[in-house]
Amino acid sequence: MSHNLKNITLKIWRQDGPQAKGNFETHVIDEITDEASFLEMLDILNDKLVHDGKEAVVFDHDCREGICGTCSLMIDGQAHGPQRGTATCQLHMRQFQDNATITIEPWRASAFPLIKDLMVDRSAFDRVIESGGYITAETGGAPDANLIPIPKPIADAAMDSAECIGCGACVAACPNGAANLFTAAKVAHLNRLPQGQAERYSRVENMVETMDEHFGSCTNHGECEAACPKEISIDVIALMHKDYRKAKFANRKDLARK
Amino acid sequence: MSLTDQLLAQNTVKLDSKIPAGPMADKWNSYKDNMKLVNPNNKRKFKVIVVGTGLAGASAAATLAELGYQVDAFTFHDSARRAHSIAAQGGINGAKNYKGDGDSIHRLFYDTVKGGDFRAREANVHRLAENSVDIIDQMVAQGVPFAREYGGLLDNRSFGGAQVSRTFYARGQTGQQLLLGAYQQFSRQVGLGGIRLFNRTELIDVVVIDGHASGIVVRDLVTGELQSHAAHAVVLATGGYGNAFFLSTNAMACNVTAAWRAHRKGALFANPCYTQIHPTCIPQSDDSQSKLTLMSESLRNDGRVWVPTNPNETRPAHEVPENERDYYLERLYPSFGNLAPRDISSRAAKRAVDKGLGVGPKKNGVYLDFADAINRLGREVVEERYGNLFEMYERIAGENPYEQPMRIYPASHYTMGGLWVDYELMTNIPGLYAAGEANFSDHGANRLGASALMQGLSDGYFVLPYTIGNYLAPMLNKAIPGTDHPAFKAAEEEARIRFNGYLASGGTKSPDYFHRELGKIIWDYCGMERTEEGLKKALSDLPALYDEFKTDLRVTGNGESMNQTLEKAGRVDDFFQLGMLMCKDALDRQESCGGHFRAEYQTEEGEALRDDENYCHVSAWQWGGDPMKPNLNVEKLEFEEVHLATRSYK
Ligand SMILES: Cc1cc2nc3c(=O)[nH]c(=O)nc-3n(C[C@H](O)[C@H](O)[C@H](O)COP(=O)(O)OP(=O)(O)OC[C@H]3O[C@@H](n4cnc5c(N)ncnc54)[C@H](O)[C@@H]3O)c2cc1C
Ligand code: SF4
Ligand code: FES
Repeated sequence: MSHNLKNITLKIWRQDGPQAKGNFETHVIDEITDEASFLEMLDILNDKLVHDGKEAVVFDHDCREGICGTCSLMIDGQAHGPQRGTATCQLHMRQFQDNATITIEPWRASAFPLIKDLMVDRSAFDRVIESGGYITAETGGAPDANLIPIPKPIADAAMDSAECIGCGACVAACPNGAANLFTAAKVAHLNRLPQGQAERYSRVENMVETMDEHFGSCTNHGECEAACPKEISIDVIALMHKDYRKAKFANRKDLARK
Repeated sequence: MSLTDQLLAQNTVKLDSKIPAGPMADKWNSYKDNMKLVNPNNKRKFKVIVVGTGLAGASAAATLAELGYQVDAFTFHDSARRAHSIAAQGGINGAKNYKGDGDSIHRLFYDTVKGGDFRAREANVHRLAENSVDIIDQMVAQGVPFAREYGGLLDNRSFGGAQVSRTFYARGQTGQQLLLGAYQQFSRQVGLGGIRLFNRTELIDVVVIDGHASGIVVRDLVTGELQSHAAHAVVLATGGYGNAFFLSTNAMACNVTAAWRAHRKGALFANPCYTQIHPTCIPQSDDSQSKLTLMSESLRNDGRVWVPTNPNETRPAHEVPENERDYYLERLYPSFGNLAPRDISSRAAKRAVDKGLGVGPKKNGVYLDFADAINRLGREVVEERYGNLFEMYERIAGENPYEQPMRIYPASHYTMGGLWVDYELMTNIPGLYAAGEANFSDHGANRLGASALMQGLSDGYFVLPYTIGNYLAPMLNKAIPGTDHPAFKAAEEEARIRFNGYLASGGTKSPDYFHRELGKIIWDYCGMERTEEGLKKALSDLPALYDEFKTDLRVTGNGESMNQTLEKAGRVDDFFQLGMLMCKDALDRQESCGGHFRAEYQTEEGEALRDDENYCHVSAWQWGGDPMKPNLNVEKLEFEEVHLATRSYK
């Protein structure tokens, strides 16, 4: 049964723009039902701020179902907050206690410049995909979908990594701001499938190099996996490295002949 | 003379549906054989604007760029991958007949026309069914990891309103996987320079010069700057308007602005009252709730819907004996059972709750029970099929659906109405196209499950790339107006005044407050069941609330940086105007069909009663300068292939 939480103190990061100086602002929510989602709590706060003539806190969100990857809050120092395998928008106030103090910050990573308050620019992810995170299959002329049977375990494994929602929690959680989990999830999705074989090595090479242009380097902390709302396994990174090494060092002609 | 014919004689706009001649099954091929072509080397001389990067927009933009057109793509999202299509769960239809259960293009066509309660344009639906087959091939080629059987072939499931298994799915995330497929193809073109992407950029107006769509005015959401963009053609793939109800399964940012602004510039808005209320959503738990969550219809493959027969039932579900349960869908619609179409299932749930038989703390839901499925198939199989949906339910409702039945209730989900388009998906403004949920074309008065994804991709991959060429071909080497044309400047100025007006209004209430209140009126009077009296009340309450919006709105912050309150104010303004049109249309249509259920028009058994004599037409409304004074135009629907019949799922 639902109950009301009392006296929740929020410390929220406010910053007017990328160049401006930011600071924490404190707000108290006297009472809120524990059925409310975390973002609904922010809605209530924002409604109150607007009512009081103050500017609402800017934060990214959209589907509120944990699938679009738009929401992106650092809650008490954890990307997406305390509940494992849960995006910010799926977090409910049941996870908190009376009199809690909650710190809310934006993703902090040099590849994700701040836009305002809690909103950052994650376009660097799009650049990684544009560089090779696709299968070239222009519209029309695709063969019958059942022409190539794909063993269920392979299709399932591809799906496991295709579930990445592109939220950026992995980057925000990483002390180096690396995007290896995100990039490797896409590599693993496409490189595992028969349709993805033709571009397997050029894909991984281009994606890794674009990733390196924008993001920090991975030193195997494993924070990304712990923060990932889709619980993407860190094993995909090993797969990416393996394919990347092959792409880089093996003789390309040899590979093509095999 | 029937009402349809009388109205037809009074049309103020010429509505030519451009349906090709010939037998139904040949129309699309004959169109393609006869359309005008643009030579591959000339395609780069044309610029096409695509607004929206959902399934419809991303697939259209990618394909047009592959063909060689210069494409400028716009989305208010931070990335093309975030479009609301990402949230679709259940699946996509394709008439592949991989199960050998008697499916065919004709059957999918028939099911869709019947599912839409005979209020869709047959020729469009037939083309959709034809394209459904190519879509599956195209998406598999893109690497979409659809579910497979152990033999490695594609798996299928059933959806409401069909007696065959033709739904392809990727766990409970079909929309995500399809959108990522289209987004990747789109991104490849961004990387190659075929598409210029404008993210966090919102369309604010459509510019029409000499009767032709000439471009758009957009607002950069990060800087607040207004900009004009000119092009040879403009595609709106901007999604549906289900958020008019405030509470809906749509993502928070879904809005009607693009379609509405086009409407105000002369594009007709068709069948705004055809909205879909989805039967399986998690019931509202408290007043601060910001949205409702859908539980995929695919759950009805294995879940059984019931309510206790005793309104005062207090025992937990599993203690209620079989003979004190009413499996009302199985009882009323034995041949379709729990898979009865959405409109029918939703109304049945509403009736149960209205009779006081609802379950849960607020008695505002019905049970969707998996106990039998778990006994029959084992927990593992159920987990494999629906695991992520069960998890999602538990996270929101705080109850474990493996142990207790889910509680569900209908919620606003999809909008069949939208911009009027002809067979080429062109609005009545030459050069302005509408695709995906933003147009009205294929689902009539009710959409069958797993058909919206199919339609978005059909429009974007396999229709627009042909039909746009047919429009552009004669324009080769002819100059088009640039953004220095006074019409662009005027539209920018109008937008500036409008947004400054919201900032300056100096009232006391937030845009969200108005959205909530507006949504309540529309839900109460133009929701699952409508009456003349209720609609008239809505049409007096809405303008009054709109007046309050204009005088008592408060928007804080400024117009020169990211300001979500300001964005919202613009969107709510447009929802108000649309809301009035929805109610007008619902009042005008004196029959019940699909999602439009007028209590005055029902059979003795409480089913929708159509009036084919007087309402077998599309109601396409023209902006009349005041949201309360639209002008009605009609397109008569002719059925060549399917016989008009009472829609029965018994
Ligand atoms: C929860 C849920 C589950 C669903 N499940 C299914 C299912 O299983 N099967 C099925 O077939 N259908 C399903 N549907 C319906 C289906 O998902 C949608 O109808 C479909 O995805 C709409 O696609 P679209 O491309 O038309 O629009 P959207 O995906 O909504 O995209 C709209 C795009 O337009 C942009 N946009 C809008 N307005 C503007 C503007 N003014 N300026 C700039 N950009 C703008 C947005 O940024 C976005 O990119 C579901 C819907 C919901 C809500
Ligand atoms: S890998 Fe996980 S954390 Fe990283 S972007 Fe994808 S879903 Fe988010
Ligand atoms: S808002 Fe879509 S994942 Fe959180």
